[in-house]
Amino acid sequence: MKNLLESPPDKLLTALRDILAAKSIVSPAEIAERIALTDAASPAQGARMVARAWTDPDYRALMLHDGAKAAEAAGIPMRGMPPLGVLADTPDLHHLVVCTLCSCYPRAVLGYPPFWFKSAAYRARAVRDPRGLLAEWGTVLPSHMKLTVVDSTADYRWMVLPLRPAGTEGFTEAQLAALVREGDMIGVTLPIASA
Amino acid sequence: MIAPGTHVRVRDDWPEARGPCHIRTPHYLRGHTGVVLRHLGDFPNPEDLAFRRPPAVLPLYHVRFAQTEIWGEGGDELLVEVFGPWLEVEKTA
Repeated sequence: MKNLLESPPDKLLTALRDILAAKSIVSPAEIAERIALTDAASPAQGARMVARAWTDPDYRALMLHDGAKAAEAAGIPMRGMPPLGVLADTPDLHHLVVCTLCSCYPRAVLGYPPFWFKSAAYRARAVRDPRGLLAEWGTVLPSHMKLTVVDSTADYRWMVLPLRPAGTEGFTEAQLAALVREGDMIGVTLPIASA
Repeated sequence: MIAPGTHVRVRDDWPEARGPCHIRTPHYLRGHTGVVLRHLGDFPNPEDLAFRRPPAVLPLYHVRFAQTEIWGEGGDELLVEVFGPWLEVEKTA
């Protein structure tokens, strides 16, 4: 028999889907639904949660208590997803998220991880020299500010709830969501009002 | 169950030197001391799941480590998920 790994990938995928359907393990409709969910996940989802937490204290409390429930409350499907933990920055404490072992990432709320998140350099330096790494992103923390690097090693996924930037008084929730970037929710950057 | 505030040492164990394995405890923590922040929940052991063995359900803890304890320098902290069997209690809270 020919080596499976040398088969044309499209044919292999079709064959696998057919077998899964024939054995009633997963239907084509369920696969299509999951692909649609995965494609819909993007940093805009997490940004909506951050903006809501900035404007609604009850939502902020829910988000810090149970990130997955807060995501569901924002209409983001979390079925089959790992638990989501949310790390709240304060004026005295900043958080930075990394997965040193692989590329664990809160995909349900942030989408696919950016390429650098998976790089060996980011993974090593985030734990070994986090302030040096942050400085290269243009994020210089005041010396009085503590930094906690969160290494995502097991069953939780983590996102950062950054501080609401100055100069956003009177912004609507949608305006706030528009200024929250992917890196702000990983902790490599801080939200800025002019973004 | 290990209570929050308990000082723990990550076992200085290297299963990867003994054969194929799947470990969620980063090498840089092994043998180092931290403080349990909280119990995150109980989860099937990935060391079993990776080999399709029926998994033991293990407590998972969020553990704080000072950078100085791990690297000998740096004033910041690391917060890492570690499964119970990897932790030895040094001093209770």
